[in-house]
Parts: sequence; C-alpha cells; structure tokens
Amino acid sequence: MKINKVFCSMIAMLIVFSLVLTACGTAAPNGPDTTAPDVVDETTEETVGDPSSTPITLTMWYHGAGNEVERNILLGIINDYNSSQDKYVVVVQDFPQISYNESVVAAALAGNLPDIIDVDGPVMPNWAWAGYLSPLQLSDGALDDFLPTTIGMWGGEVYSVGLWEAACALYARKSVLDAYGIRIPTLEQPWDLEEFDAALETLTASGEFDYALDLGMAWTGEWYPYGFSPFLQSFGGDIIDRSTFTTAEGVLNGPEAIAFGEWWQSLFVRGLAPGTTQDPADRDTGFIEGRYALMWNGNWAGASALEPFGDDLLILPAPDFGNGSRIGAGSWQFGISAASQHKEGATEFIEFMMQDQYLVAFSDGINNIPSTLTAAATSKNFSSGAPFEIFFDYSAAQATLRPPTPAYLTAALIFEKALADIANGADVVNTLDNATDDINADIAANGGYGFDGSVVGPSITEDAIATGR
Amino acid sequence: MTLKTKTIMHDRTRSTKWPIDQSKEAMIAWLMSIPAIVLILVFLIVPFILAFYFSLTNQRLISPNPTEFTGLQNYRQLLKLRVLRLDSLIDETGQPILDEAGNVTFPLEREIIRNPDYPQYAGFQNWKSWDIGNSRYSLLAGDVVFMKSLINTLYFALVIVPGQAGLGLLLALLINQRTKGVNIFRTIYFMPVVVSIVIVSILFRFIYSGDNGLLNSVLVFISAGRFTPIDWMASTTTAMPAIMAMSAWQAVGIHMVIWLAGLQNIPHVLYEAADIDGANAIQKFRFVTWPGLHNTAVFILVTITIAALGLFTQIHVMTRGGPLDSTSTVIFQAVRRGFDMQNIAYGSTISLVFFILVLSVAMIQRYLTREKKA
Amino acid sequence: MNISMTIKNKRRLAKSIRLMVMIMFAMIFSLPIIFMVVSSFKPHFQLLQDSSSLRAFLPVGDISINNYIDAFKRAPIALFVFNSVMVTTITVVLGLVINSMMAFALASMRWKGKDVLLSLVIATLILPFETIAVPLLMVVSRLPWIGSGGLTFGWLNSYHVQIIPFIVDAFSIFLFVQHFKSQPYELVEAARIDGAGWLRIYAQVIVPISGPVFATAAILRGLFMWNQYLWPIMVTQTEKFRPVMVGLGYFYQLNVSNTTGILPWGEVMAYLSLISVPIILLFLIMQRAFIESIATSGIKG
Repeated sequence: MKINKVFCSMIAMLIVFSLVLTACGTAAPNGPDTTAPDVVDETTEETVGDPSSTPITLTMWYHGAGNEVERNILLGIINDYNSSQDKYVVVVQDFPQISYNESVVAAALAGNLPDIIDVDGPVMPNWAWAGYLSPLQLSDGALDDFLPTTIGMWGGEVYSVGLWEAACALYARKSVLDAYGIRIPTLEQPWDLEEFDAALETLTASGEFDYALDLGMAWTGEWYPYGFSPFLQSFGGDIIDRSTFTTAEGVLNGPEAIAFGEWWQSLFVRGLAPGTTQDPADRDTGFIEGRYALMWNGNWAGASALEPFGDDLLILPAPDFGNGSRIGAGSWQFGISAASQHKEGATEFIEFMMQDQYLVAFSDGINNIPSTLTAAATSKNFSSGAPFEIFFDYSAAQATLRPPTPAYLTAALIFEKALADIANGADVVNTLDNATDDINADIAANGGYGFDGSVVGPSITEDAIATGR
Repeated sequence: MTLKTKTIMHDRTRSTKWPIDQSKEAMIAWLMSIPAIVLILVFLIVPFILAFYFSLTNQRLISPNPTEFTGLQNYRQLLKLRVLRLDSLIDETGQPILDEAGNVTFPLEREIIRNPDYPQYAGFQNWKSWDIGNSRYSLLAGDVVFMKSLINTLYFALVIVPGQAGLGLLLALLINQRTKGVNIFRTIYFMPVVVSIVIVSILFRFIYSGDNGLLNSVLVFISAGRFTPIDWMASTTTAMPAIMAMSAWQAVGIHMVIWLAGLQNIPHVLYEAADIDGANAIQKFRFVTWPGLHNTAVFILVTITIAALGLFTQIHVMTRGGPLDSTSTVIFQAVRRGFDMQNIAYGSTISLVFFILVLSVAMIQRYLTREKKA
Repeated sequence: MNISMTIKNKRRLAKSIRLMVMIMFAMIFSLPIIFMVVSSFKPHFQLLQDSSSLRAFLPVGDISINNYIDAFKRAPIALFVFNSVMVTTITVVLGLVINSMMAFALASMRWKGKDVLLSLVIATLILPFETIAVPLLMVVSRLPWIGSGGLTFGWLNSYHVQIIPFIVDAFSIFLFVQHFKSQPYELVEAARIDGAGWLRIYAQVIVPISGPVFATAAILRGLFMWNQYLWPIMVTQTEKFRPVMVGLGYFYQLNVSNTTGILPWGEVMAYLSLISVPIILLFLIMQRAFIESIATSGIKG
C-alpha cells in the first residue's frame, strides 16, 4: 500500500542518517559525549527511589555551551570536587549563552531549577527578588580577598559570587597613534571628551581606516548596557537614579544624559564608528585587520589582539567625559536556587570553586580577570608584568556596577533600545524621555521592586583598592 | 467535475442511504474525535483562556508581588488614542514666535503630557504631529511602539499577500508544463521552504550586509559597477522591504505548489475549446485559468494573510524591531513585552488584540470571497 | 510558408525567454543555500573574504571538511539530530492518526455539533504559537506524567513535552477534511450498507486511498516540528533532550562576552548545513507523493 511504502522509506532514511551521524559523532576525538567519566547520569531534582547511600547529586547549569575551554576547566573543577569527597556528586549541564536566560526563566516558571546556577551579575538582583535564588551562606572570610564587584549582593545579603571579573578598555596601536600625533593616555590622565573626539576626527580624516572607533554595535544584547552605560555615567547620567532606585527621572533624561545622547548620535552621523548594522564578522576581525583604528572591547578580546600586534598593542583607559572614567563591572556569577534541596552541598561546592587555583585556571583559559589579587599574581595574563595586567588596574579604579536592582532586567532592554534608536537617528531628548517613562512605569508596576524610596542595597562605585603590589 | 466543487460547509451526509442508528453513530464519531479534542482543549484552548485571564490582571512572569485583577486597564493602555491641539508659542504682542527656518514654534508635547494639571493626558506618548497654520495637532497614543508595530504588520501583509501569492502563481505558471526536467525547477523553487526561517535569517544577515554583502556584490556585478551598495537593514525605508523579500523567498515555494495543483485541476477541454475560439494566451488566462483558480486563490489568500499578520521569527532573529521600530510587528511586541520584559499580562493583551484583529480580517476575507449562489 | 516560420520562431523565442526566466528564478532560490553549503567547507577568514564577492558560491580555495570535524567537537550534534528525529517522527505519526480520525468523523459521519467543532478547529489556526507559549508552559509544568519514576508532575525536559502538545494540528485536520469530502461518498455508503463499522471504514476504505494527503500532512508537520525554535529553548534543559535548533546557540553566539574566540562562521555554516540535510532528504523522498496529493486533495473551496 502506498502509505506504508512512503512511511517506511521515510523512517528508514531518517534512521540511517542519524546512525551515520552517531558514528561520526563518537568517532570524533574529544567528542563532548566522552568527557567527564565521573559524571553520573543526569536526573532532575527528584532523586526518586534512591535507597542506597549513593552520593547526592547536585545539578548545575552553566551558560557556556559550545565553548570547549571553559567547559574543560569547569569539568576539571567538578572532577576534583567529586573525587575530594563522597557525599555529593556535581553534574553540570551546559546551555547556549544566547538562550540561557530564557531557559532559566522558563525553568523558574515551571519550578524546575537546578541546585546551582550561574547568573549574569546585573541580572542577579532580579532573580533574587523574584525568589529563584537563595542567599549564599559562605564560611567566614571566604569572600575576604574577592573584588567587591565579583560579589553579588541584594538587600544586604550575598547571593552570588563570580570567579572572574571583566573590564573594558580602548585597544589601539602605538604606531597608529604616533603616526597621527595623538597623545597616549594613561590611567591617571585619560583622554577627555575634546581630546577623544579630536583623535577620532583625525583618524577618520586620514582615510586609512574604514572607521576610527569600533564600539561593537554588532553585539546586540547585554553588551550595549555593559559597554556603553559607563560612557553615560562618565558624562554624569545613569540608567536609574541610585539614590532611590525608584525612578530614572533626571539621570536618564537630564542634561548630562542628553549631552551623552547627542555625542553618541554624532559618532554615527560623523561616520566615526560603525552603527547598528555592523557585521558581527567585522566586529571580530576589523581591528585586528587594521580596518578600525581603535576598538572598545573587553579583556577577553586581548589574546586575539595581542597576537598580530605584539608590542605595538596599547590598552588605553576609558575616556573621562567629565565624571571620571568608567567601565562596566560584574560578570557571570554562581548562586544557588531557592528550590534546591541540598543547599549546604551546593554552597560547599561554590566555595570549593572559589579557590585561587581555579580562579587562575579560568583566567588563563578565557582571559578574564581573576577575582582575587593573589590569584591575579600567579595568573598568566594579569600578574606583574603580564600583558593584560593593566586591566586589573582599570577594574580597580573605574569599575562601576550596573544599577543593582531587579528593575535592571527591563531597564537594560529599554536602555539598549534607546541607544540603538539614538544611533539610528531618533530625536535624543524624546528617546531618553520615553525610555525614562518606560523604566518608571515598569518600576511602578512592580511595586517599586522592593525599594520604598529609601536607600537599600550595596554601595555602587568602589573606591580604589590598595593593590599591595 | 461539478460534483466536486462544493464549498466546505456543504453537508453531504444528509442523504444517507443506510439504516441510521443515530446515537451510535454520534457516539463513535465523538470517540474518534476525542483524542484530538482533548489535545486541542488542553494545549490550545486552556492556554488561550489563561492568556485572556492574564490580560485582565497585572500578572508578571515571576514576582513576589501578588497578582491583582486590573480589568481592561491593559487594553486601554495599549489602544488609547487622543489628539492634542497645541497653540503656537506667542510673544508679548501676540504674534507667533518663529524659528530660524521661519517655521512656527510650539511648546513640547511632554510639557502637557507630563503636566499634573492635565491628568487626561497622563500615560500617553507622542506619536506624530501635523502643523496646520498656527496650530499643531499631535496624535498621542498609550503605546506608540505598538501602534507602529500594528502599521508595520499591516504594511507587511498588504505587500506580501498579493506579492507572494502573485509570485507563487507566476512560478506555477512557469513550471506548469509537461517537459522533462521541470521537476528539477520545482524542487529548487521549493527548497527554501525546507530550511528553517531562523537559518534563513542568519544567512540573509550576511546577504544584506552593507559594504560587502552578497546582495550588494551581485547587484554591483550585474550593473557593471554602476550600483552603489546600500545598507539594506540600516535604513527605515529599506529594512521592512528587505524582510519582505526574505520572507517571500522562503515561503513562496509552498504557495507555488498549491497554485500548481489548482492549475492542473482545470480541465484540459476548456483550454482546447478556447483554442478553437481563437483565444490568445492572455485571454485564455483571463477566461479559463483565473476563474478555475477561484477556490485555490481563496485558500491561498486566507493562509498567507494569517501567516503574514503573525510575522515574528525573522524580526526576532535579525532586526529586533529596528531600525527605529520600522520592522517591529505585533507578535514581536507581544513576545518582547510578555517574555523578555516579563510583563506577561501586557503581552497577553497584545496577543488577544492580535487574535481579534486576525479573526476579523479572516472573516472579512471569507465574506468578500464567498461563492455567490448563482 | 513565411507565416508559419514566424509563428515557429515566435514560439521558440517565447520558450527561450520562459526558460531564461525559470533559470533566473532557480538561481535566486538556490544561491543562498549554495552559499551556505559551500561556505561550510571554507576556513573562517577565507569564508568572510569570499562573502563579499561571487567567490562566495564557488568551492574554491582551501576546501576541507575541517569545519565539520570541529563542529562535531563543539556540540553533540548526533544527539541533537537523534532527538529531533525522534520528536519529529513520533509527533508526525501520532498526528496523522489522530488528526485524520477526527477529520473522518467530521467529513463523513453524521452527528450533532460537528459543524461547530470544525469551525472551532479552524479558528485555532489564527493563534500563532508565541501567543500561547508562556501559558502553555505553565500548563505543561503542572501536568502529571506516569513514567519510570512513577507519578511525577511537570513535563519539562522530556520527549513528551516536545511531542504531545503538537500532535493535534488544525491545518492537518483541515487538509484531511477537504480530502475526505472530495472522495465519492458512494464508497462509504456501500460499506455501510454492507454493515461495516465506522472504524473499519476509516481504516480500510478511506485511509488506503488517501496516501498522498497523508504524505502532505506529514511533510508540513515534519517541517514545522524539525524547525521549532522557541519551545525547545523553553522546555529542554539537558542535552539529552535537546533538538537541533537549540544546538544552534552552541555556534551562533552574539554578545560573545565570555568566549575564548571569535564567532566560528565556518562551523556555523557546517552546522546549518547538517541540520538542513535530513529535512531536505525527507522532502526529496516525499515530493512526488506530496505534489500529487496537493493536486488530488481538492484544495478547492
């Protein structure tokens, strides 16, 4: 009969194809299915019907799927932990970063969160407020040496800890700056607005580059608030008023913010930087191939920039637009979910991860700043004399957390859109006013997100830390 | 032949010829339908009712605050419109103040909207304004981005429905021949349908790229260098048409196949009769082909319209509504507000409004294309 | 003599023009896919360079299968494909049975309420999935399931959460109804007079002659299930159940604020090509049945 033939052939084809792929998959060396021999079979939270005294499984989610280096480091730590004791066994599940937050929100809605999750720093207050996370009861002194911006606090309690920090800077080439007579800025004397602007104009006028400044507009998403709100803050504005956390009025649409907005728009009008339609491929390769003169990027891009330029590479501080140089702070951090049945074990594992040797491992592997000074001192890239040591100083001096409030989740989306709209030519004042209104409406709709108008929450701008080096 | 051209609602079971055991037949019919009915109820109807319920509250995705019933407030905020009339700024003598270009100046709308002395304008944003004489008429909306999305969605549908249907018909006409190898063309034309729209969006990001994108390269090549590359996704005028082209590229294959079936169902004798009467190609199309395609056309019209109004994935992956909201669509806003910004109540409101909109359009279409009972 | 020659030339010209137009369209519809597949064999930097010229469509330069090898290292592709095949196949097969049964009852049997039901089913066609995604998530996370662990609540992270909500499909029901209604009713009448039960009529009279429409419903539903993006992201939480579209995120990462390298375009193209292949194969197998069925399923009125 016709149907049978059609179906049989269809199903046969599909089975053959997936068998072929399975063969390919397992034949590939380092195939992800062959890692972590200690890893126990994945179960969901309920270890139902487990009568024997087998170790308790702790489930953990991580946002780095597809990134082998991070994965291997993490698996190494987990193996160490699992073999160091026999009460708990940690099992990790990778998620693709691009859909990680959606997956976590959906899981929270369904009540299906694992024991340990990692969360992007600025999002943490929202998850803590929403009840996904519960406070971390770390042992005394565990956090002593940690950079303040790696500690995620909300309502006076610690909810998450980051094993690394990230910082941004202006990548440039000495030969280029010298050729055009541009002063090389230092941490103590960064460029101010006029100098920075003049430098950009000079570089553009030279005709040697496609664009003078690569801001990374191709990276839509959290990069916009992370990378660009420091400029706003350096102008004197902010996303949300941190004295009350209940409004954005005056900080997002005040005169300083408007000044920032107009300068921001002018960058694209004057052709100094590629705009929102920048190709992601250009973002990756533009500076390295010499098509962009300056690149505003984080320390994670350092390795690929160092390789072609070596000594010619300069890592310059963020410009000071009037209110001090600012860069973003707060990267991915680990916390425990409120629904976890094994909070002590989860906490124990997080403390285990916080050891210096692992901070160094991550730092060496993915080129991010380790969370403690001592770890930095032994790391490949951030110790004394190492090529990216300067990032540590920048982070210490300039790091400004994004507003630590549950409102940030929505405010970030609104702010990102405002930045994109202004870059695309929208009226600056109108856009900022509308963004302010939207943020305020969201805060009001959520009952203030736990702020009653008085100051609650951690201090925001960290003073310089004694480096002691 | 005429027996088969019945409208969908015609009930031919009325004249049954076998002994009727009505209750048993009904029971078996229900039994056969039960699995599908249960699934529809649980996985379509119940979520829909939930969404409707949410739209009447201030439900957040996750929140420690208790949910409150807010009635139609969400709908009001979404749909409200007002016109605000502003009088020009006048100096001491009562003359309007002009700016450098000689245009009359007006106070800013937000001075009125955000002014507590005018509570009737609270919660509005300025959408568009027109200057007539010494007055400015500003259209205020509760949710300007939604209004823009609504217009974009209608714009998209108005172009895509005739455009994609027409292109599908053209392709079907092209390959409606009995030559060997025409199947290859048919397969090639259908291939984009098979590729996921997410993949297509990623590919077309490459293709539409400004300086060195594939499309620009091809156009430059074809025009022998006379064409200047356009940044397709950057301009508010070209972004939506670019999305339209991409969507049509991906989906026209299905409609081509449906048209083809309709074409092949037109009895050959009608064409032979037309030939005898000396008709040329255009007359044949007008008097034989097109009337024979009536039902096919209705089917295609309705399905394309519904799909076009629900435009989402391409926007979500490629443009995120930009530049400047020119590619934002209704469903994109529903997902952005409901899921991304965690305001599920408002997102559901948008979904409900969308449902009513599409239902109305579909019913209007059905009415306009109904078969006239001769 | 002259007149017939001119007519012949005219015809030949018309034919050539027609052929040229068809070829032009063939290029438009195939070039982006060719670009994708050809790029998957090129190393990263060459890929980007080539994409600004016509070399993008040509397999020139440093051609190798390295991207594919690297892609397999980066993500458990075989597992993803297996999951997608499972979910798609089961949903399609179950859907064919359940949807066609209801359609048969609607089209060929006499019972009260069938017209209302049919209208209701067609009305659900209007709802795009995104509008009910979140409420559906809430529903699904509270449903009970009896599995190897006994009775559990919450369907997340399983095969059945990806399958069961999508078994019933209004469009399939509509297609089947159309088709069954176009079958001569005499078949049914004759069987009834012979005393056959309705289920038998369905299984042994109607279904065997409906092969093409089953193929159509299978292809359309298969396409939809294979290419699903939003729902799997929301409901699958371990690699064990992830389908191919979620795996896309392993390669296509914007906002790469914490990865070691740059976006691996070559591997992205390799992955995109890999996950398009099964569904293209499916279509090639089924296309004759599919096209035939559209022709005979009576998409009329």
